[in-house]
Amino acid sequence: MTERIRISLKDIVNNEERMASGHRLCGGCGEPTVMRMILHAVEGPVVVSTATGCLEVSTTVYPTTAWRLPWIHSAFENAATTISGVEAAYLALKRSGKIPADQDIKFLAVGGDGASYDIGFQWISGALERGHKFVYVCLNNEAYMNTGIQRSGATPLGANTTTSPVGDVLQGKTQWRKPFTRIMAAHDIPYVAQASPHNYRDLMMKAKKAFAADGPAVLNVLAPCPRGWRTESDQTMALTKLAADTCYWPLYEVDRGKTIVNYKPREKQPVSEWLKAQGRFRHLFRPANAGIVEEVQEHIDREWERLLKEEAAG
Amino acid sequence: MVESKFLPLDGATSVSQAMRQINPDVVAAYPITPQTAVVQNFSQYVADGIVNTEFIPVESEHAAMSACVGASAAGGRVMTATAANGLALMWEMLYIAAGMRLPIVLTVVNRALSSPLNIHCDHSDAMGARDSGWIQIYAETGQEAYDNTIQAIRIAEHPDLLLPVMSCQDGFITGHGVERVGILPDSDIKDFVGEYKPRYALLNIDEPVTFGAWDFTDYYFEHKRQQSEVINNSLPIIESVFKEYEKLSGRPQPVLDMWGMDDAEYAIIVLSSTAGTSRAVARRWREKGVKVGVVKPRLYRPFPEQYLLEAIKNCKAVAVLDRAISFGAPLSQGPLFTDTTAALYNAGISGLPVVNYIFGLGGRDILPDHIGSVFSDLQKIASDGQRGTMVRYLGLRE
Repeated sequence: MTERIRISLKDIVNNEERMASGHRLCGGCGEPTVMRMILHAVEGPVVVSTATGCLEVSTTVYPTTAWRLPWIHSAFENAATTISGVEAAYLALKRSGKIPADQDIKFLAVGGDGASYDIGFQWISGALERGHKFVYVCLNNEAYMNTGIQRSGATPLGANTTTSPVGDVLQGKTQWRKPFTRIMAAHDIPYVAQASPHNYRDLMMKAKKAFAADGPAVLNVLAPCPRGWRTESDQTMALTKLAADTCYWPLYEVDRGKTIVNYKPREKQPVSEWLKAQGRFRHLFRPANAGIVEEVQEHIDREWERLLKEEAAG
Repeated sequence: MVESKFLPLDGATSVSQAMRQINPDVVAAYPITPQTAVVQNFSQYVADGIVNTEFIPVESEHAAMSACVGASAAGGRVMTATAANGLALMWEMLYIAAGMRLPIVLTVVNRALSSPLNIHCDHSDAMGARDSGWIQIYAETGQEAYDNTIQAIRIAEHPDLLLPVMSCQDGFITGHGVERVGILPDSDIKDFVGEYKPRYALLNIDEPVTFGAWDFTDYYFEHKRQQSEVINNSLPIIESVFKEYEKLSGRPQPVLDMWGMDDAEYAIIVLSSTAGTSRAVARRWREKGVKVGVVKPRLYRPFPEQYLLEAIKNCKAVAVLDRAISFGAPLSQGPLFTDTTAALYNAGISGLPVVNYIFGLGGRDILPDHIGSVFSDLQKIASDGQRGTMVRYLGLRE
């Protein structure tokens, strides 16, 4: 998309918070920050469907709700499908005149990485193939944090989780992560992007593009979990910047099939900087595990090179 | 009363005719034998612009019910259809639809559950969902399947209920069987179902609502109790819809369809198409002078306990025919039997011998001779004063 989309801090400050404070997410959790940025980027009414997970349980403890917008949670795996039903009803009710023709409503589905990479993968894929006009956001904290830090398809190699624990034989997760963003882009939908909240302009710009897209769009956003990552709660934003600077989490978009890398660090930092900042990788710095760190670096280098090639290919 | 136009239709097609007339806002469905005709026909109506419905051709039955939940919460009138493993795959979402009080109407063309794989009729699919909080109606014929589908909309959306409704018919036997089905005029059905006015809707952006909140130990129990309260008290409302439709169509719409029960000494209780076979046999036995009768509950959830007791209380012996097994229940009896005997116990009736017959699993034919053997057994039980084996099987090689 070549149109200039403006992000004005002044406007953001004056906008109503549609996800209210008082929710019960942990201090330092990346999720509410990302959600608020995205909601500030959407203009006009939006209906939100949320998968089971931290965001859901922490924002809707009955009889309270943090949502100043129409919101639904139905199950773990089906946030995308639930919103596709809402969008279908919107089209039908507009056609029958029950919703005014000039009423524009936007649709947002949100899930964690477990809901997106694993249990809800088919549901998302189906909704994208059917072409519903909605935005899917993966709030990616790289494990099942709501159930107590279990490995998911998004958990990277070597991470210590409660189902990929460090033991006498195994040293954390033994597999790399699923290339979710690439797989989403392979659906040939109008817009897919990977983002991080430390660069709020980039994230909000991407959210605006996603909502403006002529069809489904997906955002995969890194959202640190101090509990699961074993980090201090005041390090959240710094960590997401480190993820971009090490190319562990490249900021890029696939806009109508064209790949654009939005941030290229002047000096790509070694992944060990990213790993050593987090307790979940602490064991990787034992001398015997040096090979795992190397392997992580290899994965990252390969993914980064592939991404640059994709961009160059146009 | 309005005149019906009679057409030769199979049971699945008669349901899609009803869906065409209802013209719901959203249909989300996935094909599965023997329900496929419902989805196919309806897709054609969409392709031909005969309905205004937004059709969502989902990638699984779980997704079908998920999309229905979204569409219904959004404020639309929503329908779907499935069978067997498809219904099993929806299981999680059935409870969610009922818990959220979403008036979704689901047609089930009953089929056996795997494994082993079998595509033919039994009731194991819908019986597995009997505790999910859905109202369940069972049809004997394609005609009833058509009629029930229309009434299901009014029942589900009744402002005092807001409960999803499962409208069942027998796979292949009526689902694929062509019969003479009376279709009411489109305009009368349009008037009968009326307009759905949701109390809460996601698309009512001026009044934002949170659906599906997290319910902790301090509220969940009360919410479940409310759910049982509403279904416990739903019978009069369901009956009022039945009566209204009876007036419109001229076709009787009882909670229990009864034949010969005014003075029956021996009765069969059975759901769906087998009631027809049972009545045909019962007529012959009546000609022989034996006072037999047949009770066919149209409504299974809520269980019409009082009506059933009233119907059978003066019998000498009763047989409950189940097209499903409740594995691990006492002697692995069938669910209809369990409910019937529980109703008798609740009413303090202990002297009436009731036996259970499991039949027709995986589409095994149920023949007039089988029904005849049941009446013979009931006579013997009454004359011996001994119930004998509690759970028996019809048409089974052992």
